[in-house]
Amino acid sequence: MADLTTNFAGVVSPNPFWLASAPPTNSAYQINKAFEYGWGGAVWKTIGDPVLNVCNRYGQFEYGHRRLIAINNVELISDRPIEINLKEIREVKKLWPDRAVVVSAMVSSNEAAWRKVVQQIEDTGADAIELNYGCPHGMSERGMGAAVGQVPEYCEMITGWVTAAASIPVIVKLTPNVTNIVPPAHAAVNAGADGISLINTINSITGVDLDSLEIFPNVGGKGSHGGYAGPAARPIALHMLSQVASDPKVKASGIPISGMGGIETWRDAAEFLVLGSTSMQVCTAVMHYGFRIIHELCDGLSNWLDEKGASSISEFVGKSVPRIGHFGDFDLSFKTVAVIDEEKCIQCNLCYVACDEGAHQCIDLTKDGARVDPEHYSGAELLQPKVREEDCVGCDLCSLVCPVDDCITMQERPRERESFTWNELVRTRPEVTTDWDAMVAFRREVGIEIH
Amino acid sequence: MEHHKLSLDQLQDSFSEIHPRYTQNEATVEAERCLYCFDAPCIKACPTSIDIPTFIRQIANDNLTGAGTTILESNMMGHTCGRVCPVEELCVGACVLGSEHRPIAIGRLQRYATDHIFENDIQPFELVPDTGKRVAVIGAGPAGLSTAGELARRGIRATVFEKKELAGGLSTYGIVVFREPTNVALEEVGFIEKLGVQVRTGVEVGRDVLPEDLLREYDAVVLAAGTGRVPPLGVPGEELEGVVEALPMIAATKLADKDGKEALTRIRVGNEVIVVGAGNTAIDAATVAKRLGAERVTMLYRRGREEMSAYDHEVAFVRAEGVDIRLLTQPVEVLGEGGKVTGVRCVRMRLGDPDASGRRRPEPIPGSEFVIPADQVIKAIGQEKLVALYDAVGVEHAAGYVRTDDELRTSNPKVFAAGDCVRATGQALTVTASEDGKIAARAIARQLGVAEPTPARDGTRGRFLHATVNEFGRIHG
Repeated sequence: MADLTTNFAGVVSPNPFWLASAPPTNSAYQINKAFEYGWGGAVWKTIGDPVLNVCNRYGQFEYGHRRLIAINNVELISDRPIEINLKEIREVKKLWPDRAVVVSAMVSSNEAAWRKVVQQIEDTGADAIELNYGCPHGMSERGMGAAVGQVPEYCEMITGWVTAAASIPVIVKLTPNVTNIVPPAHAAVNAGADGISLINTINSITGVDLDSLEIFPNVGGKGSHGGYAGPAARPIALHMLSQVASDPKVKASGIPISGMGGIETWRDAAEFLVLGSTSMQVCTAVMHYGFRIIHELCDGLSNWLDEKGASSISEFVGKSVPRIGHFGDFDLSFKTVAVIDEEKCIQCNLCYVACDEGAHQCIDLTKDGARVDPEHYSGAELLQPKVREEDCVGCDLCSLVCPVDDCITMQERPRERESFTWNELVRTRPEVTTDWDAMVAFRREVGIEIH
Repeated sequence: MEHHKLSLDQLQDSFSEIHPRYTQNEATVEAERCLYCFDAPCIKACPTSIDIPTFIRQIANDNLTGAGTTILESNMMGHTCGRVCPVEELCVGACVLGSEHRPIAIGRLQRYATDHIFENDIQPFELVPDTGKRVAVIGAGPAGLSTAGELARRGIRATVFEKKELAGGLSTYGIVVFREPTNVALEEVGFIEKLGVQVRTGVEVGRDVLPEDLLREYDAVVLAAGTGRVPPLGVPGEELEGVVEALPMIAATKLADKDGKEALTRIRVGNEVIVVGAGNTAIDAATVAKRLGAERVTMLYRRGREEMSAYDHEVAFVRAEGVDIRLLTQPVEVLGEGGKVTGVRCVRMRLGDPDASGRRRPEPIPGSEFVIPADQVIKAIGQEKLVALYDAVGVEHAAGYVRTDDELRTSNPKVFAAGDCVRATGQALTVTASEDGKIAARAIARQLGVAEPTPARDGTRGRFLHATVNEFGRIHG
């Protein structure tokens, strides 16, 4: 069975799964329980300045009958006095020397305050510090959290104070509420951070009560943006992870990334792993199902690594990073077409309507092989969708809407011309990329027909 | 009565598994409906305490190896149980979705997961070094195999002695093919053997090996021999041609499933069949007779529906098959002509005061006798107990069942017992036999000073057993 032992900037844990800094890591009671279940580490819920919380802190995004596809929160950092947190951190670390105990911190933006909290954390014996530059609500209005994370210069300055004061690893947690996550990541690198974690929660409103017209989460009739997390946020997190993991400067620095954002199953975790996460943090899934999910996270990941023939998880960190490319470098001659397996097709014809109205009109409905106009068809016999392969642009929409597994597949076809990319075109035939007449002529020349 | 009205195709259809296996899509959709309850009632309803929400989640997450391992870790006979468990009475009956929605089809999901393990020949357990301890197990049915497998997980090598030609007990010989194909039972035997268990078939204890030799040569002996033949009906005419026992008839269909279905056409079945008894075996025999082509099948039971031990869903099933159940009817004579069965003389019964079993005693109604024509009579009125064997290994028994404590120790400190031979109360099920195997193996290991196994292929559970549990309590500063 593959070794899941993880070394993140010198912080070693028996598996890569850490509880993210959030409600599940609010107390020693919870973290002890989580460690009993087998969690590899925990990032203590952010300690820092005094706060007061509100009622109705969470809202959810549900889809069909699936609850908590995403959660949104307006809960603040720990509302327990800092001394109690520090005492408990010390006790937990003493009990669990083999686990990663990381402490998240957020204090006012002055050097003395940061130096003080660093000292307090180091005195507990904790393994690392995580700087919360991400909290998008409540704290950012006070000049902390996302207010720092959104300004690379602040990020770099404060991180510099902390790395200068700290003797244990410093992890900078990035906010996704920016147009480009790379500059804040550079700021962390420049300031000597030992690791990066991402993403924090995303600004969001989860919904509106259509009877009262109040928004969720609802605090006495008022609402505001809260932090969005959970499975529905995962694609955004994966994107930001890929941006940071493939960035040349971050790569050159060699600093590890702790990925999070909607990890619920081992499959999710494996995706973060191959996109460059050394450790994986989990929150929403635990808030939904409890600490017990760690068993399946480890078991599933380990079975998958076994199947892949890996002896250690570290072999797979960043395995897909080389596949992250730019649009301008994509092969414009790569060709796929949709193929419908008529044996499997149940004739729901969702592919037809998606293609006809939502895409490129390359699927016909047919009866006995002949094309039928469904607007003028009143027969009882179900119509069979068929792809006109010569017109198919290979967009993949039909296979995505098809409810039957492996019924519509995108199949590769031989390239009809030499491979070329947009960037090559910009370099060698710039007029084609700026002038429509030149483009039309170019298409005719190389035999590209768009119906 | 040998002529078959059914074609081979029809017979093949009738003797294939009732439910086809889930497709991946069906399994995923069903698995995703599971709420993943905390402290789930399905786990408590399972005699072997399988972590059902976890294995279902593992199916949903496409970790079929993990799912199968979760099942087999709690129940060595999980491959059979997914098919034969009366889930309506157990896990599925307890599912919280049952009250408002449709409960999760746990049995079919379990089968989906274990099929993956068996078809891909996956070894879910770490093989444990031999401790040098040796245990003899008498009987290769579910209880014996489960005990042997659980012992193997502790490094204790078991030798299982089975008097029949094939191992698997009722899974191989007694559970109707359309619930469990024979190869499933034999795959399960192979799985136990691969854990390091030696199964010796065609070896009867008391005939081919002596009980006293086993007691001398092994560190412990496990009695898991099940039960014996059907006792006589005790009515005139029982010796007539056409009076048969239920289990051999079912066994013939099981062997046909293994050896090629054309053997089904050679099984003797009557046109007008009477089944005496109303337990689950009687139901199976009636269904088998019907599916083999009997025109009319009638079950006779001397008490009422309330007293029947067969499950509601089984009764509904057999009625849907077209079997007639005559309650409060007792056979008093098997009638014959030229040595062959022609009918059964019956008497109507009524229920009187409760008897020793707490059930109301059936009493014949004078003058109510009548005849049901029949050319075959199938006896399914329970099995005789193997008292001679109990005495041979020197264990106390009462009313035909071996007496044990809660850990399945018998009165002989070296002998343990498991399965139907100890099942004096409650239902004798594959799943309870499997649980017996766990209990007995644990007790034997402790007696022999052998440590408990570590969880199977598990990245976390059990690794940190010595941790201090939550000494902080619930702190909310």
